[in-house]
Amino acid sequence: MILAAVPGFSGNQTSLNPVGPAAGHIESEFALIFWITLAIYCIVLLTFVVYVVRRRHSLNLMPEPLQTTPESDRRAQRWVGGAMVVTTLLLFTMMIGSFVSGHALGSMNRETAYTIDVYGHQWWWEVHYPNDEPDKVVVTANEIHVPVGVPLRIHGTSRDVIHSFWAPNVQGKRDLLPGYGTDVMMQVDQPGRWRGQCAEYCGEQHAHMSFYMVAEAGPQFKQWLDQQAQSSVAPSNPQTTRGQQVFLSHACVMCHTIRGTPAGSRVGPDLTHLASRSTIAAGVLPNTIGNLGGWILNAQSIKPGCRMPPNHMTGTELQDLLAYLETLK
Amino acid sequence: MKQLTLIALLLGALTIASCKREQRVFDPGSSGTQVPNGVALNEVHAGGPVSVSDESPYGQSAYAVGEGKRLFSAFNCAGCHNHGGGGIGPALMDAKWIYGSHPDQIYSSIVQGRPNGMPSFAGKIPDYQVWELVAYVRSLSGQLPSDVAPGRSDEIQVKKAEQAKKKEHPPDENPQKIEKGQP
Repeated sequence: MILAAVPGFSGNQTSLNPVGPAAGHIESEFALIFWITLAIYCIVLLTFVVYVVRRRHSLNLMPEPLQTTPESDRRAQRWVGGAMVVTTLLLFTMMIGSFVSGHALGSMNRETAYTIDVYGHQWWWEVHYPNDEPDKVVVTANEIHVPVGVPLRIHGTSRDVIHSFWAPNVQGKRDLLPGYGTDVMMQVDQPGRWRGQCAEYCGEQHAHMSFYMVAEAGPQFKQWLDQQAQSSVAPSNPQTTRGQQVFLSHACVMCHTIRGTPAGSRVGPDLTHLASRSTIAAGVLPNTIGNLGGWILNAQSIKPGCRMPPNHMTGTELQDLLAYLETLK
Repeated sequence: MKQLTLIALLLGALTIASCKREQRVFDPGSSGTQVPNGVALNEVHAGGPVSVSDESPYGQSAYAVGEGKRLFSAFNCAGCHNHGGGGIGPALMDAKWIYGSHPDQIYSSIVQGRPNGMPSFAGKIPDYQVWELVAYVRSLSGQLPSDVAPGRSDEIQVKKAEQAKKKEHPPDENPQKIEKGQP
């Protein structure tokens, strides 16, 4: 909290700009330890410099043997004893601060919190918004829309190897383990796009496994959720109809879902509302028609090792497919 | 000192020997990544011979076989063949092969489909992924060296790992060479 008063710490992927209570607790504990250790560091260096300067005339001579008197011994004992007491007190201050932050983070659990399921994949994030009515379940990828000021429970697990879910502005890291579900509580108090990143090395493209937490006011979030629960837009002109056929007759259909069409595989990201997302390839590229075309033709040149195979298709087929994908708002 | 040099040399030789095992080809190139019409049934082609893709690198790379194992579940091969034991479709871990046990024969079965249920995946699975599947399918009956075959599964272990599978001997294992004489 003290450090937050220091100007210059902004940004959408830094724990020094907390936008929720969880990150706030972490940041204030960081500030406490930072200021204490900074002060000690300065005092030690200053003392060192003062004594070097004070004895600079004797530098070139033979060192004098240390001469002690009972008086100087007592003084040294008092100084060392005092420093020991201060050190112990400061260490306890940091430890108690750590306990307090840990307790605050641990007691964020609310039964009424809004639950979002997050699944880590090599190398993207699958996001589910569970609902008691199966046709209202929303599935998306790499963009986690959340309502502002509402306690959230992120229920995370992994579909393959160990990943770690980390949006530094919102909460600390949480490892996602295959075959084991874990809950992490958070809350976002400030609307905006907060970037997150996998924080546990998970293979070749670990560095390109990012996501955005998009925090919106309640009504806007509700509107987004209702829109995402809809089936995909049906093709409305000959070109997009052909594009849909390209999608269904090529390798795309083996891995991706577009709700409202026969494509229903859960290997890759759900593309039902692909055009409503701002990035592709887990935050690697902006979602533009050119980037999407390059990604479809040869994703391996953009993200080597990723699970998307190169796709060979004619120019017309690609144009039709892109036209169709662009309509999937 | 001599012994040390010998050990270093041996270790060096080991790393060279294991090169192919760890070779990872992420970008197989744009040509031949897709199967336009599946496999030709005749050796004679209008307009000259077609390029024949080579399966050998896939059967020697642990990465490719591992990818094949992942795709075997992802593309729901396990839905009919289970994890090699068979069910709706025939078992893949025994010595019986209805349509042949050779890599190119398995490739054809995947791409063309087979009567009574096996769908044709022509145009749906990129060429190199079909070869990865072929390599994995062969590992199920122990046809691959144990340093290449997968050593563990992500699902519940119900059988020995492919690596530990005793090699089955299909009847067509050593086919007689057909002598191509002059007409």
